[in-house]
Order: sequence, then structure tokens, then C-alpha cells
Amino acid sequence: MVLTRLIPLWIAIVSGVAILVSAFIRPMESWGENFTDTFNVIAAIASVLGAGSLLKANLAKVSRRDAGWGFALVVLGTFLITLVVGLGKIGVHPSHDFPQADFGGKQESADTPFGWIYEFAMVPLTSTMFALLAFYVASAAFRAFRAKNLEASLLLGTAFVILLGRTFAGVVLTGWLPDWASGLRLENLSVYVMQVFNTAGNRAIIIGIALGVAATSLRILLGVDRSWLGGGER
Amino acid sequence: MNRQRLTWIVIGVVFAGLLVVRGMTGQGLGRVYVQHEDVAYAKVETKSAQGAPTVAWKRVAEGGVADVRWQEWSAVPPKAWFEAQAKDPRQSAITLSWPRTIGLWLAAFFTLAIFSFLWADNVFYKFAEATVVGVSAAYWMVIGFWDTLVPKLFAALVPAVVQAHVQPSLRPVDDVQWWSMALALVLGGMMLWRLAPRGGWIGAWPLAFIVGVTAGLKIVSHVESDLMAQGLATMESVVAVVPGADGATDVGASVWGTLANLLVVVGVLSALTYFLFSVEHKGLVGGTARVGVWYLMITFGAAFGFTVMGRIALLAARFEFLFDDWLWLIDPNHLRA
Repeated sequence: MVLTRLIPLWIAIVSGVAILVSAFIRPMESWGENFTDTFNVIAAIASVLGAGSLLKANLAKVSRRDAGWGFALVVLGTFLITLVVGLGKIGVHPSHDFPQADFGGKQESADTPFGWIYEFAMVPLTSTMFALLAFYVASAAFRAFRAKNLEASLLLGTAFVILLGRTFAGVVLTGWLPDWASGLRLENLSVYVMQVFNTAGNRAIIIGIALGVAATSLRILLGVDRSWLGGGER
Repeated sequence: MNRQRLTWIVIGVVFAGLLVVRGMTGQGLGRVYVQHEDVAYAKVETKSAQGAPTVAWKRVAEGGVADVRWQEWSAVPPKAWFEAQAKDPRQSAITLSWPRTIGLWLAAFFTLAIFSFLWADNVFYKFAEATVVGVSAAYWMVIGFWDTLVPKLFAALVPAVVQAHVQPSLRPVDDVQWWSMALALVLGGMMLWRLAPRGGWIGAWPLAFIVGVTAGLKIVSHVESDLMAQGLATMESVVAVVPGADGATDVGASVWGTLANLLVVVGVLSALTYFLFSVEHKGLVGGTARVGVWYLMITFGAAFGFTVMGRIALLAARFEFLFDDWLWLIDPNHLRA
């Protein structure tokens, strides 16, 4: 109980309160930065956990010859190759600033094996996956969006105004409107929507999120919310 | 042979045929050219004003005596190669880059493999999916190692090694930084204990630290940059005074500006009223909340519109890659003409 709940609870409270206090007391400002660095380093070390889990799951799949074990092999192969060339900075030349430091060069260029993998594998794969969503978003919208009440009509109408107003189609469709009615042109309407209604809605959402986050964080720091310790709230 | 496999074979053969035809017509397709540069640095030992020896590194011209040498390759547009070849067919300043050309074809394969999912789940898509999982997991580990662990953890705990091999300009860390990094190493090690079959509670301590620090950081950042900043922006003067071209007040623009400001204030307050769940949404509160819902619906509509546009922009970029960089069918940036 002490090791599994009490000590972790106090670690969270002390570290969180220290961060909070350091933001208000000038001599303690550097504490916040140090704690943030500590947090980032732990998070970077924790990525080893993720890698371990990935290796474990895929190795098990390969050894059991599960369905699709060949793809698990691809996961393992691409993971290990990228990891080795990236951690070893293989093929990376020194930087111009410090030619004497053998590991001082950057590996962003496609000259380096790691940069090559990033440019010719990761970028096309991830950007095409996101691009693919254009079809699914459009298809889902076509099936789900129905202007059956005022709220749904507002959502649908705004989406059309933004989509048309930000493209040449909007100019073509409403370009004929005379100057005195230029405010009704789609490109101008989309600007109004963004500057007024979207600003107001987003502002309220951001304020709501900030209040929610502050309240939840305070509950954790005061020890009221202990659900993150596992085993339910006590 | 089942129907799906037959369809894939037919598509593959037709596509390969079209690629061969495209490769044999005009300027061909899918090649990357590079020019190389020889880089050389020499160590120069000098003495400072106090007489202490200092070492500086000076770049030396090609063929000069150097202590460190390497080659850098930079991609050039195919047009540069065409022009160089026209002047001197035996030139070697600009050459075909096999690694980048293979990479370009691989990128085209991956792009088509992902797009093939639009038709049905298939082996090419699964291969691409497995690749993206493996590559991105390792990519973020490598970035975490070189961008966080080396400049923070190793720089504090083994500064001499980092200074000698990675960053000679490294400044010595103070005691607080050293202790915070030592703590990070201990907590990080405890976190890895989760991989062990016993002693799971050890992993809970660093998790508690992460939870506490996140809570502390989030309170400060959200209250400061979201709650206060957005609240202050809403509380600015509603009345807008817009000067015209002649310096006098533009009445029409001022009225519109004031109306816009008023609509923003009404929108923020009404939408916040909708988020007020401790009061029943009836009467005045209910009416205000309803107006808030209208504002939120407009916001969601705008967000949807932007999401679709963003995805379509990405789609256009992928098509541009296929038709411009790979197939050389279009040339919007005049890289070949």
C-alpha cells in the first residue's frame, strides 16, 4: 500500500506543486525548466518500453506463425534498420561548425541513410495516409450530413461557405454580385465567419478546456483524484 | 487463381507497360540528379593573448592539406543535368544519384500502395502499413535519443564524451541540472522495470512524477495562455473606431467593426453558458445556451471545412509528387523545361 499508492501519490503532489510554485516565484523559475527537462528525458527513456512492447508482440507473431506473420517481419526489419542507422548516425558527415566531432553532424539530408528513410519512406507513407482521409471524410460527410434542423443546417452551411470561399469556385459562383453587396461574396463571407463566429466559438472552447484542465490538474495535485494510481478512486 | 489476384496482375502488367512507354518517350521519368562538393577542414593551432594554446578549424580549398574530409551531395533539377550534358557530354559535376532515384521509386510505390486501400485491403497496403509502423517507431526513438537524451542527459552526466564526439561548444551544467538529470536517469530506469515480470510498483513512481509534472505544467500553461489570454481578448473595447483614407472616422467600417466585436462577446458568453452544466438549461439560461450551440455549430462547420481542405491539399501534393517528381508528366516549377 505504501509503495504502490502512498509514495507515488506524494511524488505526484510534490513534483506538481513544485512546478506550480516555481511559476510564481522568480528565484525558482529554473526549477520549472529543470523539471520539464527531467520529464522529457523520462519520456524519451520510456520510448524503450514502447519499442520493447512492439518487439515482443511482433516476435511472438512471427514465432507462432500467426496470420500475417510476414508483415510482422516487415515491422521488425524496418524498425531495426531505422534504429541502427539512426542511433549510429551511419553515413553522417561532421557538421561545418564542429568538423572534429565525429557524431556532430545532422542526419536530415537524404544523403544519410536515416534522412533517406525519412524522405523516401516515412514522408510519403504518412502524408498519403492523411491524404487518404480526404476520401473518407468526404464520403462520411455525404452519408451523415443532413440539414434536418437549424443546428445541422448551420454546420453544413458553414462548411460549404468555408470550402467554397477559400477556393476559386467561390469567386466564380458569387463574383457577379455588385460592389454594394460584396459582403455577400463567398470569399468575404468565409472571412467574416472565421473572424467573428469561429473566433467566438473557438474562444469559448479554449476557455472551457483551460478550466477543465486546471480543475482536473488541481484534483490530482490535491490528491482528490487518485484514479491514475489504478484500482479505482478511493 | 482467384479473381482478386487476377485483377492485381492485370493492373500491374498494364501499369508496368505504361511506365515502360513513358520511360522511352520524351525525357523519360523518375530520376534524381545531384552535384557533389568536397569539404575539407584543417586544424590550426594558435595562441591566445594570454599565451594559452587554442585550436581552430579552417576550411581549406580543394586539394589542400586537411585533417577532416567528406563529400556533400545536393539534389539539382534535371534541367541542370540536361544543360550540363548539352555543353559537355562527359561532364561529371552533375550525376545521376542511384540512392535518391531508388528512393523516389520506393516513395512512388508506397504512395500507390497506400492509395490501393481505396479499392480494397490488399497485400501492398499491408506491406506499406507494416513499414510505417516499424519506421515511425524507430524514427521517434532516434529523435528522442539525439535531441533529448544526448543534449540533456548525457551532456549533464558525461559532458566530456558529448564534448569530444557531439557538441564541442557544450557549456558545463550547474549542480541543479546535474541532479535533475541524475533523477531523470533513476526514474527512467525505474520506468523500464515495467518490462520485468516482478516489481510492477517500481514503474509507478516515475509514472507518478510524470502525472504530477504534467498536472503542474498544464495548470500554468492553460491558465496563462488560454484562459487569461482569451478572456482578455474578449474583454477589449467593443466599440471599434476605424479611420478612413482621409484620416476621419469611417462610420460604416466602425459600425461593422463594433457589430463584429459585439457578436464575438455574445458568442463567447453564450457558448460558455452552454458549457455550464451545473445549471439547468431552462428559461434565460436555456435560450442563451441555444445561441451558444449555434455558434459552436458554425465553429464545427468551419473546422470541418478546414479539415477537408487540408486533406485535399495533401492529396494534391501526393498527386503532384506522382505526376511531377516521378512520372515527369507535368512540370509546374519548370524543373525540366
